[in-house]
Amino acid sequence: MQPNVKLKRNKLGKKFSWTPYLFLLPAIAFLCLTSFLPVFQAIYLSFTDYDFVGSPTFIGLKNYLNLWKDQTFWKTLSNTLIYLIFAVPSLVILPLALAILVNQKLRSIKFFRAIYYFPVIVSVVVAGIAWKWVYAQNGILNYFLSTISFQNIKIPWLTDPKTAIFAIIAVVIWRGVGYYMVIYLAGLQAIPADLYEAAAIDGSDGWQKHLDITIPLMKPYIILVAVISSIGAMKVFEEVYIMSQGGPANSTKTVVYYLYDKGFTSLEMGYASAIGVFLFLIIFIISILTFKFINPAKTIN
Amino acid sequence: MKTKKLKSSSNILNNTPQFIVLIAIATLTIFPLLWLISTAFKSPTENIFQSIPQLLPAQPTLDNFIKVWKNSRFDLYLWNSFFVSSITVILNLLFCSLAAFPLARLDFKGRDPIFWAIVGTTMIPFQITMIPLYILAVQLNLKNTYAGLIFPYVISAFGIFLLRQAFQSVPKEMEEAARMDGCSSLGIWWHVMLPAARPALTTLAVFTFVAMWGDFLWPLVIVDKAELYTLPRGIASLASAFSEDWRLIAAGSAISMLPVFIVFVFLQRYIIPTEASIGVKG
Repeated sequence: MQPNVKLKRNKLGKKFSWTPYLFLLPAIAFLCLTSFLPVFQAIYLSFTDYDFVGSPTFIGLKNYLNLWKDQTFWKTLSNTLIYLIFAVPSLVILPLALAILVNQKLRSIKFFRAIYYFPVIVSVVVAGIAWKWVYAQNGILNYFLSTISFQNIKIPWLTDPKTAIFAIIAVVIWRGVGYYMVIYLAGLQAIPADLYEAAAIDGSDGWQKHLDITIPLMKPYIILVAVISSIGAMKVFEEVYIMSQGGPANSTKTVVYYLYDKGFTSLEMGYASAIGVFLFLIIFIISILTFKFINPAKTIN
Repeated sequence: MKTKKLKSSSNILNNTPQFIVLIAIATLTIFPLLWLISTAFKSPTENIFQSIPQLLPAQPTLDNFIKVWKNSRFDLYLWNSFFVSSITVILNLLFCSLAAFPLARLDFKGRDPIFWAIVGTTMIPFQITMIPLYILAVQLNLKNTYAGLIFPYVISAFGIFLLRQAFQSVPKEMEEAARMDGCSSLGIWWHVMLPAARPALTTLAVFTFVAMWGDFLWPLVIVDKAELYTLPRGIASLASAFSEDWRLIAAGSAISMLPVFIVFVFLQRYIIPTEASIGVKG
């Protein structure tokens, strides 16, 4: 008998081996502990009045009904949509333009790529503090605006409800541009150079060649960036925490900030979980729509 | 026709408009950080709120750094950040590469469903799992511990995905040769896969390190003792504790930026794609 050969060749009765599962064990155990189980627990908690001190009591849909009536929740949700509406188009377009710019063969272009990427790796706390300093009433931004307009400008960027959210959106964009530029850059470098040469013969050059070739070929990347940046915009928290604490008058407070407030400041963990589930549903819908439109595995390759 | 000669210094002159744009954007990008660093070097006698801001410190001094280091335990925060980030990197490299190996190279029942379940976890926002994770951490007595800071991050679906891609591109012959020599699966993982996937492992290490170094939300909820603060948590508390002494806050921020800056300078080619890295794939 030649059991080894036979077992290897026989597709139907393949020899069972524990080896692959043992390799996967630590990863799956930790993912269960830190991702799968917490999701179900969060869904369960969202139907309870859990306040961290007592034990959770089932209250049905009450949290969700309260959420529906909660003015602050709607305010934070509409704020989050403002983040989404203003940050996402900027984060789709600016990084693409930048990627095209740094995809040229120029001297020290790697240096520029590195500079543009640098805000991505700086801690969000440091970035928030740096910008808070720039936005200060007698800070450098107002000084700059005063200089170019010959007026004495003292805009309280972060303490005026009309400007604060946009001041923070600018920082969200500043932190994201380099990240998406790198995603686009990977896509651009995969476009064969002879396509552009062929286009040049057909009279397509300069920016026209990007409209003719780059944009259509980059479409999967553009969708990918739109999705990632949308999900990112749904989760803005740290910038707000550092720069404005959600103020003035809740004008910069996001859904995630409200979740943090409810869950960890007033310890309404059941209610906070309901906010989390709601957020998860929105992100889930965005992700599912993407899976329908593009095959992410194909895009990454 | 364009030739390689264009790459010489004359191309700076030919491409002046491009360079003006590149430099303008670079200035805009880096300015807030430079401004912060400049503030960190300004002496207490210099008015940092003067009506005409001075980019360079009048009398550069290290006083702010010394003061922040001594007064607010920045030595400790720096160590905490370094320790937590390093352990997380090591655990990620270990567990992600172990998991990626069978997903990339072995044939077994349930492989694809398991892979997609892992990738699917990237859709779960941390904000929804954060509350149950906090409850779990408290139950396991992990609040205000290093283990508590680390445990939600010891595995990343992104890491598994990245390493699976890298392992898949290792030539079949290398694996077969090792099997001939009597290597077990574990031996192939260690002797063949890990050395071949070194660039991807470095990429994962850099991403994990940078993410942990800058993480704020989880340390904010899981740690409330100053001895366990990581740098972002320490800087944020500094911003309130010193009633906004901007020189000290700026000095603390500059200290926290330095290590990621060093990592970035040496390892940026592993996170920013270059023509060469694309060429290898094709």
